[in-house]
Amino acid sequence: MKNPVRDESSAFQVVWLTLGGAGLVVVAAWIETWLGVIVFLLLVAAALWTIRGGMRHRDQAHVVRDEGPTRRILVVANETVAGGELRDLLGKKAVGVDEHVLLVCPALNSRLRTWTSDEDGARAAAQARLDASLERLVALGVHARGEIGDGDPLQALEDALREFPADEIVVSTHPPGRSHWLEQGVVENARLRFDVPVTHVVVDLEATTL
Amino acid sequence: MSAHAEAVHDHGHHGPPPANRSSRLDPTTLGMFLFIASEAMLFGAFFTAYFFVRVVNPDAPSTWPPPPYEFPVFVASVNTAILVTSSFTIHWATQSIKRGDRNGLRAGLVVTILLGAAFLLTQAIEYAHVGFNTSDGAFASVFFGLTGLHGAHVFVGLSLLTMAAVRAFKGHFSPDHFHGVEIPGIYWHFVDVMWIIVWAAVYLL
Repeated sequence: MKNPVRDESSAFQVVWLTLGGAGLVVVAAWIETWLGVIVFLLLVAAALWTIRGGMRHRDQAHVVRDEGPTRRILVVANETVAGGELRDLLGKKAVGVDEHVLLVCPALNSRLRTWTSDEDGARAAAQARLDASLERLVALGVHARGEIGDGDPLQALEDALREFPADEIVVSTHPPGRSHWLEQGVVENARLRFDVPVTHVVVDLEATTL
Repeated sequence: MSAHAEAVHDHGHHGPPPANRSSRLDPTTLGMFLFIASEAMLFGAFFTAYFFVRVVNPDAPSTWPPPPYEFPVFVASVNTAILVTSSFTIHWATQSIKRGDRNGLRAGLVVTILLGAAFLLTQAIEYAHVGFNTSDGAFASVFFGLTGLHGAHVFVGLSLLTMAAVRAFKGHFSPDHFHGVEIPGIYWHFVDVMWIIVWAAVYLL
């Protein structure tokens, strides 16, 4: 869920949207009282849908393009973070450029545990995967660092882009049919949401010899 | 290419462990967001009371407020224009400091404070001439309760903006450090949004 009052500019937009919405409700209610109620309910539903991510916008505020020899790659991966396909891809992209990789592992937690307990266990597991993957990337000669991200991979990407102006995003997932992220449309939504090239890497851990 | 790896997690850390944060949303912004959420619920309770009183009125919705009373729609609409304009000016102030324009920041804050004070003054005059009091019925109680609650929020917002203005005149803000303006700005926009809803629900519908 995106915070609609994340900054003053967003809050300013909310003022105008409210003014427009109130105007619609008033006009509809003047025509017929129940029409006003219906318009109000429709506007509330539209607002909730938008806040829930219905209108993915191209978020260009975080992007700084760099056409120079340095290439910054933001990688989001969870269980597939140790996959050979991902390592090979990053190794290939590092040829001829000064590659900087930020590897983000979302701290995946169940909703029940999120609401009833904490995410310490999820963060510890993500940290272990991250540490192991970073060691392998170092072995490939990749200048990489890593951190734990939000449980929502899109939110984790947005958070990371605030501090790491990436030239490219790499999303690593399991193959279709075994990937929750693919079912949730993470790759498609990342392409819609961020004005940065998004590469999708499929890592088949069952077929990969680590 | 240098072979280098680092992780944020520091195993050699001494002292208390760093707090986990599920998002890099700034804690002060998150605090204001949660505060505004709680405030929205408070207003929701008052709106519930208002619509309940209105619905149980035997002549509603055709006659509201109950005769012979009238709400000063024109004055409230002027007040709405004042408050919406103040959203422009606080936005101008914030955008100015982002560009490094300290004069724009100061002017924006001062104008916003003046507009907010004008709103409160107009509301006080409206109360004095509205022609009914809290003892004149439930409709009057919810009217004063709802608009008074909002007026109290305007007062709080003005206090925050005044502190921000004092800091602005002391040169505390810069393009890299303007949270002290942005947070009151978010609150001020929330106050504006709430007034638009109050204005539409109480005076226009």
